[in-house]
Amino acid sequence: MGILEVQNVNKRFGGLQALNNVNLNVEQGSVHALIGPNGAGKSTFLNCLIGKLKPDTGSVKFDGSPVLGKKPHEINQLGVSRVFQTPEIFTDLTVFENVMIPCFAHRDGAFKVNAFARVMRDKEIRAQAEHILEDMGMKEKMNAHSGSLSRGDKRRLEMAMCLVQEPKLLLLDEPTAGMARADTNNTIDLLKHIGETRKITKVIIEHDMHVVFSLATTISVLAQGAIIAEGLPDDIKGHPKVREAYLGEAEV
Amino acid sequence: MNVMKDRMTLLIFAAVVLAAPLLFAPTGAAYPDLLQRFAIYGIFAIGFNILFGLTGYLSFGHAAFLGVGSYAAMWMFKLLSMNIIPALILSVIVAGLFSLVIGYISLRRSGIYFSILTLAFAEMSYKLAYSVLTPITNGETGLQLDLADSRIMDAPIAEGTLPSTNLFGFEMKEVFWNPTILGYDLQFNYGFYVCAALLILSFYISMRIFRSPFGLMLRAVKTNQTRLNYTGIASRPYTLAAFVISGMFAGLAGGLLATMDPSVGAERMQWTVGGEVVLMVVLGGSGTLIGPVLGAVFIRYFNSVLSQINEQTLHGWFAFGPDWLTNAMVFIVEPFVGKGWELTLGALFMIVVIFLPGGLVDGAKRIGRKLSGADRRAAKVGIA
Repeated sequence: MGILEVQNVNKRFGGLQALNNVNLNVEQGSVHALIGPNGAGKSTFLNCLIGKLKPDTGSVKFDGSPVLGKKPHEINQLGVSRVFQTPEIFTDLTVFENVMIPCFAHRDGAFKVNAFARVMRDKEIRAQAEHILEDMGMKEKMNAHSGSLSRGDKRRLEMAMCLVQEPKLLLLDEPTAGMARADTNNTIDLLKHIGETRKITKVIIEHDMHVVFSLATTISVLAQGAIIAEGLPDDIKGHPKVREAYLGEAEV
Repeated sequence: MNVMKDRMTLLIFAAVVLAAPLLFAPTGAAYPDLLQRFAIYGIFAIGFNILFGLTGYLSFGHAAFLGVGSYAAMWMFKLLSMNIIPALILSVIVAGLFSLVIGYISLRRSGIYFSILTLAFAEMSYKLAYSVLTPITNGETGLQLDLADSRIMDAPIAEGTLPSTNLFGFEMKEVFWNPTILGYDLQFNYGFYVCAALLILSFYISMRIFRSPFGLMLRAVKTNQTRLNYTGIASRPYTLAAFVISGMFAGLAGGLLATMDPSVGAERMQWTVGGEVVLMVVLGGSGTLIGPVLGAVFIRYFNSVLSQINEQTLHGWFAFGPDWLTNAMVFIVEPFVGKGWELTLGALFMIVVIFLPGGLVDGAKRIGRKLSGADRRAAKVGIA
């Protein structure tokens, strides 16, 4: 049984069948890449997992419990974190404050009125936040205003915010979109580093084949709203249907 | 953000507030009524800042909570006692409940839609108070004390005199010390010190909220609600809590207005009153601790001082030159004072918004930085 089980998910926008009977089984501890050409339904699929969209039919189970109809914060509290295509961080706050928010969310839950506690006196939260910033190589920037960080550092910070919650599943939506090759390689190294130190299951939606084949243990190919192939990276490389639908356009 | 610095800020704030009757003497504002208004609107603005300054949700409806607080306090004066304690407690509770209902509905939307919803609720409350709910609010006449009121906890009063508000026998209006210092005739009254104590308490509460995890979440709501939701935080309960807290502060301010002058009319609920508190917070510096109080004092001061300047005063000011110059100056300045003081306020507001988006606090910080040399650290939210 996988940590994430998706069965017969359909989603229709007007006349467009965005997702057509999608089934997906993500194994515990794997790095599962979801690839496909533009408009294949990758983002729609991710939004269905995370509670932003509700599929028309089908079921999504995370860790054995159904998540359909749950709100994003409820799904996060179950242990699913998400990295966005463009880093979503709290740009008005410092790097340190950015990382403390998920720490509070992880410890205190979705809502708690602790209006008379002092943020800076919470040793447990501070220690967690400092530890993750050190791990991600951002400790010297912890008092910086996060809005002024470089794009790469924003990505790093967002990753830190997700990881500090110790999620069971990390969803990455095109983590290298729009990055130069050097930044892309940095991100790959970062993700590998995360994989070495933590056993977090990851689902990566990605365009860049270089990234996919560097990281993924399993690959599913989505085209026109349906999964057309699934398997180990080497199988996918040679799969005729995949070549036709997608890889034919890109050189592998 | 350290604790020592906060304590110092609180101490200085308390000292300035408590010495206000002396400090404001040279400005001509040191009479008890105006000082009390400074403190009361300071409380109103501090509360509003917890919602607007931290979460960025702009409410135009807080006049409704101010008004509800006043009405609640008046009913306590009429039915129970002229002691201000039960009146203030009820005004905070009633305003809290009222803001819970309005906030619950309005917070289903954000941005401009939220603002318009709160505006609509404030107008509805005003109309209700003005006409429909006449049995409770006494309509356009307004709610006043009456000799026939029951006041079940108070001893009977002398025939034909209305009782006055008090704190366990200390009358709010009573001037307990009337010295002459440095040529100024000073008046220290109980009413101001009650308001001052509550202002300091409000400032302290708002400071603790700013430094708390709760306050951090509210600031996160303002910055990026999407990320907050995907970080496992339910943002709506947080915004609702902030809304109710700010509503309770408004209720307290409303109750205090009633203790100062035990009568209340529906115009206290008009949306312009709610608009004024927005001006106070923006003018002073939204999202800062001291800004709202500064803004409140500033606007109240301008209101009372500028609106009292008339043509004769102006002639006195400009009497230094030839007649034609005096007349010309009076002609130019007159529209901006007296009844037209809001024109000055509007101009000032525009100048601040355009040149000092961070409000007066931002201006003070810039001057401070200029004076202290090249301290280039970016001004962080929530210091001051």
